[in-house]
Amino acid sequence: MKKKVDAVIIGAGPAGMAAAVSLRENGIKNILLVDREPVAGGILQQCIHNGFGVHHFKEELTGPEYAERYIEQINKNKIDLWLDSCVIDIENNSKNSKTVVILSKERGISYITAKVVVLAMGCRERNRGNINIPGRRPAGIMTAGTAQKLVNIYGYLPGREVVILGSGDIGLIMARRMTWEGANVKAVIELQSYPGGLNRNIVQCLNDFNIPLYLSHTISNILGNNRIEAVEVSPLDENFEAIKSESFTLKCDTLLLSVGLIPENELSIKIGVKLDPVTRGACVDKNLMTNIPGIFSCGNVLQVHDLVDFVSEEAKNCGASAAKYINGKLEKSEEIPIRKGNLIRYVLPGKIEKGKPALLSLRPINPAENLYLVITTDTGVELFKRKYKNIFPSVMLRINIDIVPDDAEFIEIKFEK
Amino acid sequence: MKKELICINCPQGCNLEVEFDKEKILSVEGNNCKMGLTYAEEEVFHPVRMVTTTAAVMNGFIKLLPVKTSCPIDKSLTPNIVKEISKIKAEAPIRLGDIIIKNVLNTGADILATRTVKKNV
Ligand SMILES: Cc1cc2nc3c(=O)[nH]c(=O)nc-3n(C[C@H](O)[C@H](O)[C@H](O)COP(=O)(O)OP(=O)(O)OC[C@H]3O[C@@H](n4cnc5c(N)ncnc54)[C@H](O)[C@@H]3O)c2cc1C
Repeated sequence: MKKKVDAVIIGAGPAGMAAAVSLRENGIKNILLVDREPVAGGILQQCIHNGFGVHHFKEELTGPEYAERYIEQINKNKIDLWLDSCVIDIENNSKNSKTVVILSKERGISYITAKVVVLAMGCRERNRGNINIPGRRPAGIMTAGTAQKLVNIYGYLPGREVVILGSGDIGLIMARRMTWEGANVKAVIELQSYPGGLNRNIVQCLNDFNIPLYLSHTISNILGNNRIEAVEVSPLDENFEAIKSESFTLKCDTLLLSVGLIPENELSIKIGVKLDPVTRGACVDKNLMTNIPGIFSCGNVLQVHDLVDFVSEEAKNCGASAAKYINGKLEKSEEIPIRKGNLIRYVLPGKIEKGKPALLSLRPINPAENLYLVITTDTGVELFKRKYKNIFPSVMLRINIDIVPDDAEFIEIKFEK
Repeated sequence: MKKELICINCPQGCNLEVEFDKEKILSVEGNNCKMGLTYAEEEVFHPVRMVTTTAAVMNGFIKLLPVKTSCPIDKSLTPNIVKEISKIKAEAPIRLGDIIIKNVLNTGADILATRTVKKNV
């Protein structure tokens, strides 16, 4: 099948849905939203716990509830949604024409030509291969998100004696979920000296069930032939080397990995979108447009978010810029770079426009207390200053700058005492 | 008595230092907003939690219905409530917000569907 539209959005998670609604609200009629799953909603459908929407809807929702609010808007706006349809390629024909190649059981192969493409493919979890755990290769080792899908969508309990590596929020949420479903969660093991997930999840997912959290520890060996039988846990020295003389074993039949997320950018790389080595998402300008004119990016495929509320906000802005691009109204004033100073792991976007307001997302390198976040121009003008009692890499900060001065050559962002 | 708590009301997770006697809270420190005060009081005298789990669903286009308690419930009852919900077989069609169990285990809380499930045709 061949078809022409104004915009194709790849991925119908919260990012793709919010971008689609925003495109429509900005007057774009001919939109196609595509997802390879049988339902829209993305990762939210398996996140049945509460904790979504506190900022955006001013109430605490579960993942499926948050998803459903956007699905309703997609339906109400009569946005064309293709499910069970996987995008396998994008071609860049010209500034105003891209061809998106889609495979689906229902329609076979389709070539859709669009003026803009919005990348909203989300991210996937790092797995054993990404972190190189030594040992045998038995069954029973999977990512926490896979276990979440098995338990919450398909109704299978993947194991009874569980060890979790990594203290990211998905791992913590799964510790509670598996416990409630009757499994015995023996421990959560964390490489860093601080937890990766939110404090509230440490309390309600671990402490409530007396599940021990071993900080500055790792799994140094996996034992078992057909099925995993035990893991060897070792404390780490300052150089993150396992202290084998102090290691101990934990018997288990399942090992869940919650060791980080990677934006799913294979399609983007193929078409030549430039990625940022830190975020592993696209390098974008203030309009969330990539280095390829007409290709935009938002949500977890751009930067890993901990709050879906910010995903929706980012995607809304992205849809608005994409609409302007379609109408030939996306203007760009002169851009200046943002320099990362003390304790800043990344800041996004990497460039901002002179004379305009800007919205920055950033994360610190490590946790710290009682610091000021300061943003200054090279000319010495202070654009922002706020005190933070605590900062954590797991908590993204979002900062509004009213106006970027016209005479600045760059701005610097840093934490200081 | 003194206790250190972490407020779970929002992702900030404030570290609270709570002082209390047998009947009441004497002081709370470290909270960034009012929710911290209510949390400290509840957590010391009668801790409560939300429960989110799944129930089986018949004739639906999915096999499991995600559900939640209509309000936070007595923390010690959470395992019993999960068990209670696992006995249920809900019938599609179901709409988001439908009551699946009324006044579950006399807690005053209802169990609500958190997803719309159409009938499988
Ligand atoms: C386990 C877990 C717990 C979380 N807990 C919370 C929480 O408590 N509170 C909170 O606010 N946030 C939470 N988050 C974060 C939040 O859910 C995410 O930030 C958000 O869902 C990201 O949205 P997205 O649309 O970018 O990505 P996703 O939801 O991942 O959606 C991406 C979609 O793209 C589709 N796709 C990818 N590639 C293709 C392709 N080639 N063709 C077609 N379709 C494709 C996928 O099928 C998917 O549906 C959690 C996340 C996880 C994983």
